[in-house]
Parts: sequence; C-alpha cells; structure tokens
Amino acid sequence: MTHAAAHAPQQHAHYTSTGLDSRKLGFWAYIGSECLLFGALISTYLVYKGRSVTGPTPHEIFNIPVTSISTFDLLMSSLAMVLALSAVTRGDKIWARVWLGTTALLGAVFLGFQYYEFSSFVREGLTIKTSLFGSTFFTLTGTHGAHVAVGVLWLTTLLVRSFQGKLGPEKALNVEIAGLYWHFVDVVWIVIFTVVYLLQ
Amino acid sequence: MVTSVAYPPVAAAPPSGVWSWITTTDHKRIGILYGVTAFVFFLIGGIEALIIRLQLARPENHLVTAQRFNELFTMHGTTMIFLALMPLTAAFFNFVVPLQIGARDVAFPRLNAFSYWVFLAGGLFLNASWLVGAAPDAGWFGYANLTSRQFNPGPNIDFWVIGLQILGIASLAASFNFITTILNMRAPGMRMMRMPVFSWMVLVTQILIATAFPVITVALVFLMFDRFFGTTFYSVAAGGDLLLWQHLFWLFGHPEVYILILPAMGIVSEVLPTFSRKPLFGYAVVVYSGALIGVMGWGVWAHHMFSVGMGPVADSVFSATTMLIAIPTGVKIFNWIATMWGGRIRFTTAMLFAVGFIAMFIIGGLSGVMHSSPPADLQQTDTYFVVAHFHYVLFGGTVQGLFAGIYYWWPKATGKLLGEKLGKWHFWLMLIGMNLTFFPMHFIGLLGMPRRVYTYRPELGVAGMNLTATIGAFIIALSVLIFLYNVWRTRRHGEPAGNDPWGGATLEWAIPSPPPVYNFTVIPEVSSRMPVWAKGGMTPVPAQPPEPIHVPGGSFWPLLAAAGMLTAATGAVMHHLWIVLLGGAILLFSIFNWAFEPFEA
Repeated sequence: MTHAAAHAPQQHAHYTSTGLDSRKLGFWAYIGSECLLFGALISTYLVYKGRSVTGPTPHEIFNIPVTSISTFDLLMSSLAMVLALSAVTRGDKIWARVWLGTTALLGAVFLGFQYYEFSSFVREGLTIKTSLFGSTFFTLTGTHGAHVAVGVLWLTTLLVRSFQGKLGPEKALNVEIAGLYWHFVDVVWIVIFTVVYLLQ
Repeated sequence: MVTSVAYPPVAAAPPSGVWSWITTTDHKRIGILYGVTAFVFFLIGGIEALIIRLQLARPENHLVTAQRFNELFTMHGTTMIFLALMPLTAAFFNFVVPLQIGARDVAFPRLNAFSYWVFLAGGLFLNASWLVGAAPDAGWFGYANLTSRQFNPGPNIDFWVIGLQILGIASLAASFNFITTILNMRAPGMRMMRMPVFSWMVLVTQILIATAFPVITVALVFLMFDRFFGTTFYSVAAGGDLLLWQHLFWLFGHPEVYILILPAMGIVSEVLPTFSRKPLFGYAVVVYSGALIGVMGWGVWAHHMFSVGMGPVADSVFSATTMLIAIPTGVKIFNWIATMWGGRIRFTTAMLFAVGFIAMFIIGGLSGVMHSSPPADLQQTDTYFVVAHFHYVLFGGTVQGLFAGIYYWWPKATGKLLGEKLGKWHFWLMLIGMNLTFFPMHFIGLLGMPRRVYTYRPELGVAGMNLTATIGAFIIALSVLIFLYNVWRTRRHGEPAGNDPWGGATLEWAIPSPPPVYNFTVIPEVSSRMPVWAKGGMTPVPAQPPEPIHVPGGSFWPLLAAAGMLTAATGAVMHHLWIVLLGGAILLFSIFNWAFEPFEA
C-alpha cells in the first residue's frame, strides 16, 4: 500500500489494487478498445484492396515522398511529447511549454499535410464516393486524422493550462495520459503508412 | 483507507429531489436509474412482442401491415438487446459490483453518469422513430442492402444506425469504467481469485464490450457514410461485398450473446450458493470457464453465416469452434448442479428463477449446439427454430437470471423484501408462459415457417401452435404485471430486510440495506472468498464511520454532454448540419467543463 502511494505522482495518492493510477488503467482499456476500431478499419481496407471497379488506383495517386515527410513529422512529435512529459515531471515550466507547443504544432503540420493530400486526391478524381478504394482510404485515414485533431486540441489545452500556471509536476499524470494517446495515434499511423502506402 | 480527514463530514440525510438524481454520480443511484429506465424499455419491447404475437395468432391475419410488422420485429429485437437486457445487466453492474468488491464507488463516477445519460439519449432517439412513423425495419441485424438508401430511402435506418452508435458510446464508456473499477478498487486482501463470481463475470463481459463494440461501430460508420455521403462500402455495383457487413456485424454479434448471458450466469452463481447454504462448487473452474467463454466467443461468429456459402473450410472451422464453446458452458451447468447437490436448499423466488435459468438455459444451449452443424443449420436457419433457440437463451437464460438478481438484491437496494408469495406466482406463470410461447416455435420452424414474415398460410398446418405461442406470450405479460404489482405492494407493505436477509456470503451483505452513500464506514480487509461466511473472513465494518468520509458532489456536465450528443443525432436524422454542429459544440463545452470542474472522486 505504501509503495502504491510512492508510485502515484499526484497529490491524492489513493490506494489501488494494482498500484496503478485508475485513470491510467482506464485509459489503457480505452486504447485496447481503439485497437479494435482501427483493426476493423484497416482490415476492411485490406479486404477491399484491388476490388475497385473504377480508378484512380493507389499507386497512381499516392505521393510516397510527401507522405514520408508527414510520417517523419508525426514521429518527431512523439519525441517532443516524451520531452514535454519529462519537462513537466521535473517542474520545468519553460521547456514544458516549448515541447507541448512543439508537439501540438507538429500534429497540426501533419493535419496540414493530410489536408493537402486529400485535396490533391480530390483534384485527381478520387473522392470518398468514387470507388471502394476512395471510401476505405478516406474513412481510414480520415478517422486517424480526426484522432490527431483531438490530440492537438488536448495538447493545446494542456499548453494553456501551463501558461495559467496550473500544470505543475503534480499534474504530470495528465500529461502522461495525453502522451499515451498521442503515442498510440502515432503507432496507428505507422501501421497505416506501412499497410496502405508502402505495401502495394 | 479512508481518504482524508480534511474533507467536510457527510450530511446526515442523503440529498433528495429531482436535481440530486439528475446530477448524481453515486453508483447505487445510477444503478437504480439504469434499472428503472431499462425496465420501461423492457415493457415497450414486450408490447411490441405482444403485437407480433397477435398478428401471428391466426393465419392470414391483418392486424398490422407487412411494413409495420417489419418495424415491430426490428424494434423488438433492438429494444430488448440494447435498451432492456444490456442496461438491466448494467443496473446490476452499477449497484452490486462496488459493494461486492468493497469500494466506495466506481473508478470514474462522472463517466458512469455519462454512460447512463447517453444510454437514455440513445433509447429515446431510437424510439422517437415511432413518433415520426418511421421505425427501423431491417431487422436487429440490419443486413446490408436492406439498409441502403436505394432500397430504404426513409429515415427509418437513419434512426437505427445513429441510435446504435450512441448506445455503443454508452456501453464503451461503461466498460472502461468497470474494467478499471474491478481491477483497481478491490478491498485490501481481495485478490482476483477471492472476488465474487458475479464481479468476475462482469469483468469478462466488460472486456467483451470494450473489444466487440468498436467493431460494430465501424460497421455502422460505414453504413452511415453509405447513406449520408454516398460511399460504396456495401454497394455491389461498386464491387463491394455484402458479406463485409455480416462479418463485421457478427464479429460483434456473437460476443454480444455472451455479453448478455455472462452477467446472468454471474447472478446465478451468487444466488445458488446462498440458497443452498454451500460454497459454489469449483469456484476456480466457474471463473476460468467464464473467461474461456469470453475468449472463445470471439471465434464462432461465422456460424451465423453458414447459409451464405463461405465454403467447406470456413464452415468446418466455425462448426468445430461452436461445438467447443459448449464445453465451458456445460462445465458451468455441472458446477451449478453440484453446488445444489446436498445443500440445504431454500426455494425462495430468487432461487426458483436461478434453477429455472439452469433448466431453460440447457434447452437453449442444446438447440444452439444443433446449429453448429452446417447441414442441420441450413434446415433451421431463418425459421422459427432459431427464434425458439435464442429465446430460450435470452429469455429463459438472461431474463430469468435477471429476475433472480432482482429478487435477490432488491432488499439490498431498497431495504424491503419483495413479496415471496406474489414472487412465486410471477415465477411459475413466467416459466409456463415462456415454454408455451417458445417451445412450439421449434416445431413451427422445423415445419417450415420462416422468421420475419408477417403472416402464413393455413395449409402450413402451424395455426394451432402459433395460437398457443400467442397465449403463452400473454401469460408472460400477466406474470410481468404481477411483478409490477409486487413492486408496488412492497413499497407500502414490504417487510424490512435488515443487513443480510438471505445469509449471503459476499461483502454487500455486511452493510445496511439500503447502503449509506459511502457504502462502507471503513473499507474492510478481506481474507476469504466468502468474507461474511468465513470466520474472520473480513475485518468488521462499524455501524458509524470513525472519521468523516468524503463523498463527491454531483455533476450535471455528463447529462449536458449526453444532451449534446442527442442534439447532434437529431440534426443528422433531419439533415441539418447546423444542428449537428450545435450538438457537437454542446458536447465539447460539456467535456471541457467536466474536465476542469472541481471534483474529487
């Protein structure tokens, strides 16, 4: 019981059976559930791969170099997230703001890339209505993009809290959970990038 | 274990009034809200069933039109599964689990309130379809193509596809909450293998919900996009495969069967030992077989699809897994029987329902295993034989299990015992009624009457059996009325229950009925699987709290968040984007206020 308290970083160290904070455990349950959501979306994409009766086809339309850049951008945002958590944990307000801001910014840049990609696909004749490829592609990557957007909103909120002086080391768990979400969304993108873009 | 002395002491009287219920975050009150709401939906679903039975009472009847009949069986199935049975089990999860594991509340009390309000929003939204005369009409399984805009242009399916997504959010939020609660908030000393079987089955159920509901959410999102944005997921013309829906739906749908039955199995596993005055036979085996059912429940979905022609390999595999899953189920039945064997049995109403559960579930289980053989299934599928099968499981099993739980925990929730005499009338009429209703359906089906068809020809020779089934349905309705009378009578004349009217073994029986807001004056330390029975099984729970206990205040943000969701859904079905956006804004506003309001769980 005492070691449970020692592990929990916030003020009210409740006793828990596992020693893990409940919010963290609940969030892991949520992430487990999200795996099935993306699993179903990715499976549908794969099941319908190559079955569209009209073009454009994936290899006509994908711009791998551009998407590689946005993938790199998202990976770097995970690094910034780790640094942000570290800064918040040690009570370093300046660097906490820098890295939280960087993470949110890199997320927003990723969304910008996605906007560019979607609009260029539409110009080239691929919409969500065009074909099975269009429907599965936009729904899968759009769902991921929506998750990134929620993450950017969440990180921005944390940044504002930090500027309000309400994000001290005792709130590190809040940042850690946001980080769990962010890394999860990042990992999902790595799977999507591999399965959708690279394996053709 | 008491959190802190710095908090203000508990008010002497619990808060009352409508506002205190609207803002409540107390798991016991949320459990009662779930129970009452779900029972109302149970009555609505029951009335739908009665109209279906009246229509089928004689051949070539014209009480309702074919279209109305489609709406009735669709809404009967959807209502019973998502609005009655699942939330009735949720009522027990809410009320019983924190008490059984020795917690003051669930892990996330406001999320719990959110689950309830979102469930209510989804239920109201689905049933609002009746008011605009466009109830969903493609079956509770909503097979693709029946649901496409092309073949179903009205708003009927829009209500269904959006309503189910709302209900899914409620179930998912609750699942994260209860997984965390059960894993993390057990009283000191209550190791996993000391946990009551009911709480164990809730854990397995919640894991199934957390994993199965995302899959149907995706299937529903595809359908919604097809209908609203013109995507091609279920469009054959664009090269789409209608079986995609069936696979995604049954990937969810079969775990859903276990989501409905495992809680009832858990209830029965509590009731039988109490009224046999014996520990549950083979506790560990019951727990492991429950967990195994949860795992294997994921590997049997395509047995719902033998008739679509998946080929011999897939048919064989799913046939074998379906036969295998009967093993852990059978194991439980033998454990329950062995629990009663040689016990000092008291046939209270709760015990009668538990024994009725075993008997009826065996019949439903046996006809279920018959479906595992594809050649046999091809004869039975889409006939009333299947209707007979799953009603033995869901009515004979789940509903009877739930009534066992209602009679068992009613005194804990209200402090008064439900009348035993009326209870026995309720039980026997319900048992006779359900067998009259559902047993003939086996033969009606084998003689060739298809499901979901609004009438039949007299030459089929099933008129007499159909009439019997209709009479049975009204006997069930009578038994439910007796139950309602019993409830009403108990409010006035019910015997006071005391802490432990049945001599139960688990923690909830060590505290007053109804329990105080904080549940336990002091969280006990547990050193036995049956803390109340075992000598020194738990540290005592004093009558008065030795120090002030902090009880979190209420919050209305969960309700407002649910209202935002309902607004967005209404906007979507009306095709008004600004209403959708307004609903989204209310949701977002509520979430932010929720996150930043002072609330110490």
